[in-house]
Amino acid sequence: MNHTHTTSPTPSRLARLRGPAIVLLLLASLAAPLVVYPVFMMKIYCFALFASAFNLLFGFAGLMSFGHAAFLGSAAYICGYSVRSLGFPPELGLLAGTATAAVLGFVVGRLAIRREGIYFSMVTLALAQMVYFICLQAPFTGSEDGIQGIPRGKLLGFIDLDNPLAMYYFVLAIFVFGFWSVHRIVHSPFGQVLKAIRENEPRAISLGYDVQRYKLVTFVLSASLAGLAGATKTLVFQLVTLTDVHWSTSGEAVLMTLVGGMGTIFGPLVGAAVVVSLEHYLSGLGSWVTLIMGLIFMACVLMFREGIVGSARSFWQWRRARREAATAAKPLSVNAEA
Amino acid sequence: MDIFGVPHQALLGQMFIGLVNGSFYAILSLGLAIIFGLLNVVNFAHGALYMLGALLTWMALNYLGINYWLALLVAPLAVGGLGMVFERTMIRHLRRLDPIYGLLLTFGMAQVLQSLASNSYGVTGLSYSPPELLRGATDVGFMRLPNYRAWVVVASMAVCLSTWYVVERTRLGAYLRAGTENPGMVQAFGINLPLIVTLTYGFGAALAAFAGVLAAPVVQVSPLMGADIVVVVFAVVVVGGMGSILGSIVTGLLLGVVEGLTRVYYPPASNVVIFAIMAVVLMFRPSGLFGTAK
Repeated sequence: MNHTHTTSPTPSRLARLRGPAIVLLLLASLAAPLVVYPVFMMKIYCFALFASAFNLLFGFAGLMSFGHAAFLGSAAYICGYSVRSLGFPPELGLLAGTATAAVLGFVVGRLAIRREGIYFSMVTLALAQMVYFICLQAPFTGSEDGIQGIPRGKLLGFIDLDNPLAMYYFVLAIFVFGFWSVHRIVHSPFGQVLKAIRENEPRAISLGYDVQRYKLVTFVLSASLAGLAGATKTLVFQLVTLTDVHWSTSGEAVLMTLVGGMGTIFGPLVGAAVVVSLEHYLSGLGSWVTLIMGLIFMACVLMFREGIVGSARSFWQWRRARREAATAAKPLSVNAEA
Repeated sequence: MDIFGVPHQALLGQMFIGLVNGSFYAILSLGLAIIFGLLNVVNFAHGALYMLGALLTWMALNYLGINYWLALLVAPLAVGGLGMVFERTMIRHLRRLDPIYGLLLTFGMAQVLQSLASNSYGVTGLSYSPPELLRGATDVGFMRLPNYRAWVVVASMAVCLSTWYVVERTRLGAYLRAGTENPGMVQAFGINLPLIVTLTYGFGAALAAFAGVLAAPVVQVSPLMGADIVVVVFAVVVVGGMGSILGSIVTGLLLGVVEGLTRVYYPPASNVVIFAIMAVVLMFRPSGLFGTAK
C-alpha cells in the first residue's frame, strides 16, 4: 500500500520527501554515537532488525509467527558458543548463527505452514517452546546462567570491535543490510506474489503460484534475518541467556511491530525504538515494566491497530485526499461564476 | 515386577501423575475449545486465568479463612465473572476482525495478570495443603494411590463430561453450536446471542480457574504457573484438533500420560515430548487426531 505513490506518474509530496528523508536518517544514525549511548542505539538496531524480520512474515505474507524468539535465540547461542569456545572470528560467528536460524526456520516452517491462521501461530509457538527446552538442557548453553563473557574479537582480523565506535558502525552496517534486504524482498516480484497470497490465497493458487513454497521461502528468509539480529545482539552484549529463546521475546517482536505499524516498512523500526526506549527509561520501575508493556499491547490492539507509522500514513493520505478534493472543487466554482 | 527395566510401582506412579497432568490439560483445552468455537478467539489468557484460580484459592484461605471446598466454588465464579467483564469491555470489540487480534489482546491480558500477580507475591511458590478429607493414600492392591490426586482425576473428568453433555445433548448446547454456524439465524429466533457469548467466555474462564483450584495443592501456587502450561495446551489443541470437545478431553489425558511415561524412560525429553508428538501429527494429519479436514 505504501509504495503506490512511487509507482504513480506524479509522485505525492510524501514520496518525493522519501529519498532526502532516508539520507537524513542515515546521516543522523552515523552521528548518533556522539550524542547517544552507543549500546542503547545498538540494542535498538538489533530489535528493529528482529521486528522487521517478523514483519516481513506477518505484515507482508500474513503469517503470524509467535515463535520468532527461537530463531533469535538459537542464532545467539550458536554465535556465542562458536566465538567463545571454538574461537571463531566475529564474522564467522554471525554466519554460523544466521545459518543455524535458517535451518531451524526451514524445519519449523515446513511444519507450521501445514496449518493456517490462528493454528499457524500456535504451531510456531509450540515449536519455539520446544527449542526453549532444548536450550535449557543442551550441554553447551550454560542452562540458567547462559553463555557469558563472549569476546567481540577482531572483524576481518584487524578491526577491533572492543572499540565502541567500531562496533557501533559494524552493527549499523548489519542493520542497514538487513533492513535493505527486507525492503528489496517486499518490493520485488516475489514480494508482490506474497501480498497476493496474503490478500486472497485461493486466487493466488488458481493463478498457478506454488503458495506453499512462497510461504516456506519467506519463513526461511524471516528466520534468517531474525537469526542475524540475534547473533549481532550476542556480540553487542557479549552474553546469551534463556530470555533470548523465551516466548516473551517473541511477544516483543509482535509488540514492536504492532506499536510501529504492521505491514509498513518503517513500522518495526519505529516500534523497536519506542519499546526499547520505554524499557530503558522505565527500568527504574522494575517488574512493573511488564505490566505497562501488557497494557500498551492491549491498548494497541483495541484502539491503535495501525500503529504509529500506519496512522501517520493514513493521516497524510487523508490530507492529500482533502487537498485534491479542494483543488478539484475550485475550477467547478469558477465555471459556475462564468 | 519390572516393565522394561522399571519397577512397576514407579511406572504406575508416574503414569498416574501423568494422568493428573492430563486432567489439567483436558480441562484447559476444553475451555479453549469452547471459547474458540463461539468467539473465534484463541484465549492466550487461559494460563493466566488458571493461575488466578490457584492464587485466589490460596488468598481465600490465608486472608479470609475460606477452605478448599468453598474455594472450589468461589474461585471459578470470581474468575468467570472477571472473564465476562473482559468479554463485555474488550474482546467483544474485536468480533469482526482477524482472530489474530483476539490472540494479541489476550496475550497482553495474560502479561498484565501475570505481572500484577508477580508484583504482589513474587515468583516463589506458595504452598497449599490438600483438605483434611483427601490427605494420605489408599492401597488399591497393585499400587498406593494418593487420595488427593485421585480426586483431581475424578473431579476433572466429572466436569469435562458434564460440559460435553451440556454442549452436545442439551438445548442450551444446541443454541451454542447453532451460534457458531449461523449467528444471524440464531438471533432471528429471538435468542440473546451476545449474552450467550459473554456467558461462554465466562464459563471458559471459570473452567480454567477450576483447574487452578484443583492444581493448588498439587503444584506450588506461583504467578508463573500458567505461563508455560498455556503453550503445552496449545500443542494439545493442535494435536487433538479444536473441532471436537471429546477430542480435546481425550487428547489432553493421553498426552499427559505419554509425558508421564517419558519421565520414567527418558527424563530429559519429558518437557519436549508433547511438542514432538505435535510435530509428527502435523506431518501426517495436519487437521489433528479428532479434527475434521478443511
